[in-house]
Amino acid sequence: MFNLTKRTNQSKIHTLLLQLGAIVAALVAAGIVMWAMGYNPFVIYTKIVEGSVMVSENAKKGGVPYRLLQTINKAIPLVILSLGVSVAYKMKFWNIGAEGQFYIGALFAAYVAFNFKQLPPYILLPFMFLSAFIGGGLWGFIPAVLKNRFNASESLTTLMMNYIAIGIVTYLQLGPWRDPEAKGFGRMPYFTENAILPKVFGIHIGFIIALILAVIIFVLLKKTKLGYEIAVIGENETTAKYAGINTAKVLFITLFISGGICGIAGMIQASGIEKTLTDQISGGLGFTAIITAWLAKLSAPIILVVSFLFAMLLQGGAYLQVSMQIPAAISEVIQGIILFFVLGSEFFIQYKIVFSSKIKEAK
Amino acid sequence: MKESYIELCDITKVFGPVIANNNVNLSINKGEILAILGENGSGKSTLMNMLSGIYRPDSGSIRINGKPTLFRSPKDAISAKIGMVHQHFKLVEVFSAKENITNGLKNGFIYKNKQLSKEILALANRYGLSIDPEKKVYDMSVSEKQTVEILKVLYRGADVLILDEPTAVLTPQEIKKLFMILQNMKKDGRAIVIITHKLNEVMEISDRVTILRKGESVGSIETCNTNPKELTDAMVGASVNLSINRPENIKGLPLMEIENLTITSPEKVNLLDNVSFTVKKGEILGVAAVAGSGQKELCEAIAGLQKVASGNIIFNSEDIVGLSPRAIINKGISMSFIPEDRLGMGLIGSMNIIDNVILKTYRAGKSPFIDRKEGKKNALQIVKKFDINTPSVYHQVSKLSGGNIQKVLLGREISLDPELIITAYPTRGLDIGASHKIYDVINDQKEKGVGILFVGEDLDVLLELSDRIMVLNSGRVMGIVDAHKTTKEELGLLMMGMKQEVAQNV
Repeated sequence: MFNLTKRTNQSKIHTLLLQLGAIVAALVAAGIVMWAMGYNPFVIYTKIVEGSVMVSENAKKGGVPYRLLQTINKAIPLVILSLGVSVAYKMKFWNIGAEGQFYIGALFAAYVAFNFKQLPPYILLPFMFLSAFIGGGLWGFIPAVLKNRFNASESLTTLMMNYIAIGIVTYLQLGPWRDPEAKGFGRMPYFTENAILPKVFGIHIGFIIALILAVIIFVLLKKTKLGYEIAVIGENETTAKYAGINTAKVLFITLFISGGICGIAGMIQASGIEKTLTDQISGGLGFTAIITAWLAKLSAPIILVVSFLFAMLLQGGAYLQVSMQIPAAISEVIQGIILFFVLGSEFFIQYKIVFSSKIKEAK
Repeated sequence: MKESYIELCDITKVFGPVIANNNVNLSINKGEILAILGENGSGKSTLMNMLSGIYRPDSGSIRINGKPTLFRSPKDAISAKIGMVHQHFKLVEVFSAKENITNGLKNGFIYKNKQLSKEILALANRYGLSIDPEKKVYDMSVSEKQTVEILKVLYRGADVLILDEPTAVLTPQEIKKLFMILQNMKKDGRAIVIITHKLNEVMEISDRVTILRKGESVGSIETCNTNPKELTDAMVGASVNLSINRPENIKGLPLMEIENLTITSPEKVNLLDNVSFTVKKGEILGVAAVAGSGQKELCEAIAGLQKVASGNIIFNSEDIVGLSPRAIINKGISMSFIPEDRLGMGLIGSMNIIDNVILKTYRAGKSPFIDRKEGKKNALQIVKKFDINTPSVYHQVSKLSGGNIQKVLLGREISLDPELIITAYPTRGLDIGASHKIYDVINDQKEKGVGILFVGEDLDVLLELSDRIMVLNSGRVMGIVDAHKTTKEELGLLMMGMKQEVAQNV
């Protein structure tokens, strides 16, 4: 017989070691899966690193190397989305609607891009940026209202709102917003030059926005009264009410911010990468962001690191497909296994197993 | 003398430093209703949880028909034909009555729907229970849910039914019906164990009473050979001198007047029923009541956390009913509320001392940024003043010991210079030394002229600390007595709902 008891003294080093151990174990487990599929895991891991950050031999001089650029491009929306959901998660509001908020943000930005073409970029881009924030914010705000008024489970409402958002974009893409010059091809027109994000060091300036947002979210959660209120509500809602915090108001503001930030990610992806809006634009990043936010324990600086590592996996997976004809899905398998192991390690951080013949109930 | 069906011998159960049961002996006979009587924390629930296989005794034995039996899990208890109806129902809300009753039983692969309904109805009719097997639990009233719980236990073939405070949530009519049903089961040869702290119910329904006090069995007695007075005395025991200091109270002016306060639950049961009393400046008004008598609702109503059906709460000649907790703070009314469950409401366990200390003051100033420097200064002061044993003010509150957690909470509240302190069970789970420190802190406040509403559970403490004691029973004020003159027995009787002439208002 064995018994589980709650650990009373979790040291930081112990926690860190357990988490690192979980990641190593996850890589080993994923390696076994690859090996069972007939691939050499060492080769695959090497190729993933090679394909995501290494400079290829025939690279041009100057600027950021192509593969690294691709990785950074994937990391940018992932960072912003992770920051967005982490604000809601801090409050234990399970916003899994980042995908939908991303699409609505992109949609609002696209509306501005299509209809205010004449504006100069230094006005148009901030205008798109603001619209995206409002669009995504509204998409996050609706589930918050439903939760507050009808106690509707946010994990269901936010999830369903994703499909509504994608449906709207698909409708616009094939219907009213379809590019008449695309010759029957169902897509929207490309943004005009002034609606496209400028580049710095060959990378669109979304990376600067992502870094600034990381700082803002860090300050918001750690240093402001609102951040404190969010944390208090997340940890203990009855105490929050007891202390006189207006929980409904904080809920609405928080979800507007959370959704709004996810909306900004949509605008950046549409303007910086796709240069238009499509119903494929997110590539499921809104769901990957849930994993990265969680693995980073909702800490803004760690989100930067984890998102970059996940972008490496994504980019490395794509490289595997091209260079070795190995399905890119292998990187999703690795992602899933890592999440599984790290979440599992949480249990061993909280509890320890005591083997004994005599059970003592721990109250 | 009947043969005992179940016999508990010298059962001991320890939770950390707390001895919940100490050499408890108990026998249960078929065809008999046994009442288990005891104050809060006397170990009733622990004992019954061992009998239903949820806990395992540390020592002692359970014999069934004279044969020692070891319960490893609730399954073993069920197969020994013991079933428990918990105080807080354990039902699946979205399932129907039938699904809840048959849930978890092996019925084979095919669900014999009609036959099951027939079986359940037959079982219900046998004891006079009324039920609609298809009704969903979320559509049910409290008493219907209880019926489902009882049927669940009966359906599993229980010969011994343990009911944990079954009447706490019922209306008088429903209680009558329940008792009739229990009598029917008794006639059918089943054994009923009913846990309660309502004396009149014990007298009405039980054949025998076993009394627990502070984890020990004080004795068993045939109900017809006893009276409420005797039972109360056995339950509360002799007075113990704790030598708690009681400073003379300065004859203060009224600070808070509660007038005809009534609070109703969503099920339309009166949680507080027309309660009126006054708290004066510089006095400790003790509140004595068994759990669930309305003391929690009373505290929450004053703090603005509980909706009031009718009545007034006049604080410094201003009615504060209906104001939000924030509005109450903004009105300049300083009220300090130390809830029953310290970590559940009042503190954030996962945050450090500073972040807990700033909980009520962080809002000060226009800046959107939070001032933790001020908070740190405050926290250091509180740690020093109240002698809180912690590595630093950055230490997580939940990792402190119980006494230190309580001091953080009291310290924060007192640092706000309140006029009224409401405190519920501030010494729960603390050792004697830590408890006395808390009493000293409360007495200091009293001497400063602060009014204190002290909800306690240990009558000895209430008697020595309070100036006056108000006794609640089922949401009603049974009496307000002078703590210098009253006795433990008198308090016990009032708590059990036995109103006596001796309890004049003071």
